[in-house]
Amino acid sequence: MRYSAFSIVRNALSGNLNWKPQWRQPQPKSHYDVIIVGGGGHGLSTAYYLAKEFGVKNVAVLEKGYLGSGNVGRNTTIVRSNYMLPGNEPFYEFSMKLWEGLEQDLNYNVMLSQRGVIMLYHSDAQRDAYVRRGNAMWMEGVEAELIERDQLKKMIPFLNYDHARYPILGGLLQRRAGTARHDAVAWGYARGADQHGVDIIEHCEVTGIRRENGVVTGVETSNGFIGCGKLALAAAGNSSRVGEMADLKLPLESHVLQAFVTEGLKPCIDHVIVYGGGHFYISQSDKGGLVFGAEIDGYSSYAQRGNLATAEHVMEEGVSMIPGLSRVRVLRAWGGVMDMSMDGSPIIDRTSIDNLYLNCGWCYGGFKATPASGYCFAHLIARNDTHPVARALRLDRFARGYAVDEAGAGPQPNLH
Amino acid sequence: MASLITCPHCGVRPKEEFAIRGDASLIRPAPSASDEAWHDYVYVRANPRGRTVEHWHHIAGCRRFLVVERDTVTHEVYSVVDGTAAAREARR
Repeated sequence: MRYSAFSIVRNALSGNLNWKPQWRQPQPKSHYDVIIVGGGGHGLSTAYYLAKEFGVKNVAVLEKGYLGSGNVGRNTTIVRSNYMLPGNEPFYEFSMKLWEGLEQDLNYNVMLSQRGVIMLYHSDAQRDAYVRRGNAMWMEGVEAELIERDQLKKMIPFLNYDHARYPILGGLLQRRAGTARHDAVAWGYARGADQHGVDIIEHCEVTGIRRENGVVTGVETSNGFIGCGKLALAAAGNSSRVGEMADLKLPLESHVLQAFVTEGLKPCIDHVIVYGGGHFYISQSDKGGLVFGAEIDGYSSYAQRGNLATAEHVMEEGVSMIPGLSRVRVLRAWGGVMDMSMDGSPIIDRTSIDNLYLNCGWCYGGFKATPASGYCFAHLIARNDTHPVARALRLDRFARGYAVDEAGAGPQPNLH
Repeated sequence: MASLITCPHCGVRPKEEFAIRGDASLIRPAPSASDEAWHDYVYVRANPRGRTVEHWHHIAGCRRFLVVERDTVTHEVYSVVDGTAAAREARR
């Protein structure tokens, strides 16, 4: 069913009793051309683009929980392409362009709001670093704007400009960046993939990967064996566990990242604001709640919950940047498991097994990459060839000495 | 994550006093070892779901490196021993 103003009127007149489920609940077939492990944002977008752009329609997505129960429903919904390194920026800009056309493409309201992401700087050195980053963005054709203090005060008057340790001197603004409704992204891709014939199988956990003569022949699941021509892993925080089933050793550590939302307020924060004294970021959802988060907790974890000390640290950063936040009550906090890679950048690549493909290492930045990750992964699976914008995101880059280390932190996953 | 860590030198301390270095099960290869051995040591991680051993640095205490054995799902801490002592034990 395509959505339109007409369909809303028609269904309203029939008492809203005739809306159809957005995707089917099929029984798994015995064999698929491609099986995707992981029904999160990346797995679903991969399935969608495989079917729509690359003509591979005999596809299944296996999800161990319910659809969107992982990180795609647990993030702070920020989309941006303000990266610096040449291996990253074209990829994220490709993603940003796909975001801009996503609602029309999916016929689904993902509530993309290009409200602008501004990263604050607090010292001359940090200003220099942001000028450099802005120029690096322009080099890839992405507009960036340096906003000086006086101009910023008019734009965002409520910041703590005269903080003794971290005075706010200005910021780097990407106007096209913003937020999107994360659940709607998962649902939109799921519905789109389903309409193109993809089977989305929820509550189906992969427990083993069957191989014969060095190639994958299928997966053992909680619903029995399912055969496949190609197997694609998009298991995020559980990538090491799924990879282990095929004896893959991955450059990953799973860490927990927390996010928070406050009680609903009248519109007050118009942008996504990123603190430069720490790693705090905040925006306001359309319901009015302030959505914010900061660094990962710092210890490896598979638990989808965080630590109180980190929560306290996040709040301190927030109040340091926006003193008024101290009066707001936090409604909910939650944690997600991040597949932190050794250089802080993702991996979209083939593996040592011919028909096994890998998509992982998204750290805490996977949501913004959802469209490009799916597109590039689908490109790789369908054509056995890396998409041009994902060339730097190879698995063997560590061995070859081409790490894409945006933070410059070295092979220490809890520092990225 | 457990809030308190029992440092063998300092006693019970809040975990915020420690910095986590990472996986303590890796053994540093010889300088002349192959590129592959060094790649595995520097970049590849077992990333276990369950019991793990890690190097923790007690930066706000004795400044000793410790080996913490804990669970990555339940966050239970099983043992904390001095890093040097653990290395000596492993060599024996």
